[in-house]
Amino acid sequence: MSAAQEMNQPLVEVQNVYAGYNHETVLEDINLAIQPEDFIGLIGPNGGGKTTLLKVILGLLEPRQGSVRVMGKSPRRGRKSIGYVPQFAIFDSDFPISVHDVVRMGRLGPDHLFKPYSEKDDAIVDERLAWVDLLEHKDRALSELSGGQRQRVYIARALAGEPALLLLDEPTISVDIEARAHIYDLLHRINGHGVTILLVSHDLNVISKYVKTIGCLNRTLHYHGEKELTAEMVNASFGCPVDLIAHGVPHRVLEEHEGQP
Amino acid sequence: MTELLSYGFMRNALMAGVLVSLACGVIGTLVVLKRMVFISGGIAHTAYGGVGLAFYLGVNPVLGAITFSLLASLLMGYIQRKTRQRPDTLIGVMWAMGMAIGIIFADLTPGYKADLMSYLFGSILAVTQSDLILMLIVDVLVIGVVILFYKEFQATSFDETFARARNLPVDLLYVILITMIGLAVVMLMRVVGLIMIIALLTVPAAIGALFLKHMNKIMWLATGLSLVFTTGGLLLSYTLNLTSGATIILISGLAYLIALLVRRLCPRCSE
Repeated sequence: MSAAQEMNQPLVEVQNVYAGYNHETVLEDINLAIQPEDFIGLIGPNGGGKTTLLKVILGLLEPRQGSVRVMGKSPRRGRKSIGYVPQFAIFDSDFPISVHDVVRMGRLGPDHLFKPYSEKDDAIVDERLAWVDLLEHKDRALSELSGGQRQRVYIARALAGEPALLLLDEPTISVDIEARAHIYDLLHRINGHGVTILLVSHDLNVISKYVKTIGCLNRTLHYHGEKELTAEMVNASFGCPVDLIAHGVPHRVLEEHEGQP
Repeated sequence: MTELLSYGFMRNALMAGVLVSLACGVIGTLVVLKRMVFISGGIAHTAYGGVGLAFYLGVNPVLGAITFSLLASLLMGYIQRKTRQRPDTLIGVMWAMGMAIGIIFADLTPGYKADLMSYLFGSILAVTQSDLILMLIVDVLVIGVVILFYKEFQATSFDETFARARNLPVDLLYVILITMIGLAVVMLMRVVGLIMIIALLTVPAAIGALFLKHMNKIMWLATGLSLVFTTGGLLLSYTLNLTSGATIILISGLAYLIALLVRRLCPRCSE
């Protein structure tokens, strides 16, 4: 356990961050502290900067302004403690690779160059595959699996690096409802093992059932480290109430939260 | 067959087929899976500029080809990853510029130029002992590097973002891979000529990827197929008195079409 964790400091600290691509600003004045063992759900519309925020935390995109610390270090140095589950759409589902080989990627790193995978690596890989209920499928080709199973493979891959923090980008997109519940249950269990989770999604309904704290992201971030999602937060992020319907967020959820302090 | 093998040039040609197939199977698989077919074509054609320049200067054309091919590899790799211009446009322009440079230098060179054609269309029957040694060196390099970085190449081909987040030297690995492509291109130039390199580099691996679901198995099958295409094409071209490079490519192309058809008619025909 690192010094940062012992002192109960946040795993990730994002301060006054502005970021974007070319001339387009996607994130404005973002402040976020990820506390150990939290399970954060950030919701926001498509194009609201959810993926961009994850990339900034991972050091894959330099912020224009502001600072990011991961485990008290720069993102590039601290990111080995992060397990990343990228958005589903980026993968070539026909790529010729076995489930086992995908999860093994989570063990890779500069220390592993010029070295074959060790028995310890494979033991961890098997254990993570068991966590996501896919151990019996380890020798199958990735392309033979269902969407939900594949998503669990990517979660196992992220966990294979023994991360303190898991970042998930829309983990339930293009996955059917049953598989969705399976994934959320799985994340709940993983969080119970002490792995902190930050999940971004546009799927407000499911998220609110499983997460410990919730926030809204659309260019700017509304996050107060609380479970309640207020009407103001949602409105500020998604725009006017008309937009809420357009984005598939039912009024019912909003009304429930409105009554709470 | 025994009669054929009694010719030294035929023995060299068959040996060249074996050596080329090894590099083709291994590098071709990465080219196909990493979607670098176009960039490989660009490297091959730019190398012609080096051949022309070497002719003009009176040095070994292979030396010119290697220099241009490696420079083109690095430049195109840089363009592909770093510039905001449309990379395929820039690579296309370099592709044609390389050819043009080669032709201009050939114009400026006095004397007999038939040899230049052999670099365009290949001349597997003219492969010499020293060519074979060069091919062997390239094979050892290429295969050694791929064995050494197999898991890293697999990871960056599958998901570069994740590899980067794991702190792998993604850009360095890319430079290494594209350099290997540059070397393989020079080697293939002798066999099928640089105009047709793309086919021999990609068809065997593409057929493999249609039916197999593991990268290492695709490499093996691609090597085997490449050997069948080069040897088959060589013997057929000898029997029918046709250009060997073109025959090899036609056989490869036909095999690819048949493979596509088989895959379509028989969806279960895969590993």
